[in-house]
Amino acid sequence: MKGKGRAICVGADIDTDLVIAGRYLRTKDHSAWVAHVFEDLDPSLANRLNGAVIVAGKNFGCGSSREQAAIAIREAGVVAVIAPSFARIFFRNAINIGLPLIECDLSCREGTMVSFDLKEGWVDADSKKSAIRPLSPKMQEILAYGGLVNYWRSHG
Amino acid sequence: MGTLSEQILCGTAGEYVDRVVDRAYVHDGTGVLTLEAWKSMGSRRIQDAANLHVLFDHIVPANSSTTATLQHELREFACSSFLNFSDIGCGICHQVMSEGVVLPGEVVVGADSHSCTLGAFGAFATGVGATDMAAIWMTGETWFRVPESIGIHLSGKFLGAAEAKDLALTYVSRLGMDGATYQALEFIGEGTAELSMDERLTLCNLSVETGAKAGMFYADNITMQYLKRAGHTVQTQEPEPCTYTKEIDFDLTDIVPVIALPPRVDTIKPVHDLAGLPLDQVFVGTCTNGRYSDLARFAQGVKGRKVAIRTIVVPASRTVLLKAIKSGVLADIVEAGCTIGTPGCGPCLGSHMGVLGEGEVCLSTANRNFKNRMGVGGEIYLSSVATAAASALEGEISVPGGF
Repeated sequence: MKGKGRAICVGADIDTDLVIAGRYLRTKDHSAWVAHVFEDLDPSLANRLNGAVIVAGKNFGCGSSREQAAIAIREAGVVAVIAPSFARIFFRNAINIGLPLIECDLSCREGTMVSFDLKEGWVDADSKKSAIRPLSPKMQEILAYGGLVNYWRSHG
Repeated sequence: MGTLSEQILCGTAGEYVDRVVDRAYVHDGTGVLTLEAWKSMGSRRIQDAANLHVLFDHIVPANSSTTATLQHELREFACSSFLNFSDIGCGICHQVMSEGVVLPGEVVVGADSHSCTLGAFGAFATGVGATDMAAIWMTGETWFRVPESIGIHLSGKFLGAAEAKDLALTYVSRLGMDGATYQALEFIGEGTAELSMDERLTLCNLSVETGAKAGMFYADNITMQYLKRAGHTVQTQEPEPCTYTKEIDFDLTDIVPVIALPPRVDTIKPVHDLAGLPLDQVFVGTCTNGRYSDLARFAQGVKGRKVAIRTIVVPASRTVLLKAIKSGVLADIVEAGCTIGTPGCGPCLGSHMGVLGEGEVCLSTANRNFKNRMGVGGEIYLSSVATAAASALEGEISVPGGF
């Protein structure tokens, strides 16, 4: 899988409450989550996410298991999230709903073009290539199907 | 040979394994999305309904028609598909599962991050999201990366007003919010024998706040006795020679009452340093500190006196509530001027029944103090039950007795 987008920089330990607050969870309407994604971190972010690559600090997605966090980021049009490490439930959730996550310690410059190739295992930012920690074969397979629902629609 | 995680998952650290799930559960929050994902997967197959639980705890009773409608759909599905169903008022999912359901050696998966609580029984218990859970409903199994483990060696016993929550916040602070990411915590050493099941549940509950996949105690005599009262005969688990990525030591006699400052669970100070900080609300409850022993300790602190600020007490389950009623603990709490909520999560995640206003400060016995979690512009300080009792009486952060 390949992709590219403008970098949006966020800090370390971004919890899923900051991605989508508990007060917005009680619905099945995905657009409601997109409207409020990252609201408590930076209300201006939601409108800038389409086509972007989020470059975060360590431990992105910690806290609650709410899958709405990963869905909101994907539905907002984010191409991938890059961070040195992810909280493990968020990690599984994102791959399961088809949002690529990339484990890589990247120094972020806002707005710079970031491209990646998961198969070849690199991220390119500011014309500097960095190696990434590959996804497990199982996760790669799930991501290749666009998520776990499609995976099981094919395997079930 | 191996850590408890390696023994239960039948693999070595770093290895990927597919494992049958012995117990799987969702709540009213994650269950709605799980049901959606399960329907989308197409086969509409339920592998083993007897092992699947749906427990309503997050918004109980429903706070709006929208919530009620979502809950109605999930309730109908759970009942018509013969899943084990616990309706509003039964209690927090982790608590209900701890009342004689989860057993040592089981693989337990909950669609909630605090599912790690149940590692207190010597089970491998971990949280997942809704889509993972939907696949478990369908297939009865899931994949795991067998985690490396950190050994948390305990010795001594608590002195004065210090309690398991103070140790929990202390170890989270020592490890940091990502100090155990992708790993498991194992609580070991002679100090474990001093800890009740309630205390172990509190300690395992906070393990996810270090990023850990699981927090676990080996089943011992205390586990055996607890489960015997629930009608189960179980064996104890013996630690085997194994490799930890690191070991950290805590002498329980050194633990002092601490508070986690907003908005991070890993940033703590001794209660003493924050004494006098004005509060608007005290909240006692949650999967961290809503068990009977917590309520009893809180009642002991406030009995015969009046709380100075609004204080919300939410029992973790109906069983806890009933025990508190019968023993008189609940009467002491109500007489002290506290408000009692429906067994469940209460205002912990900011959905209803006790959320904060702009600029308000809450002292909570819960496990998370993230920005705006209990209400936009509200701040959450996390403490033990004893500290919450002392602080409720004064209306400001106060050092509990014994120090």
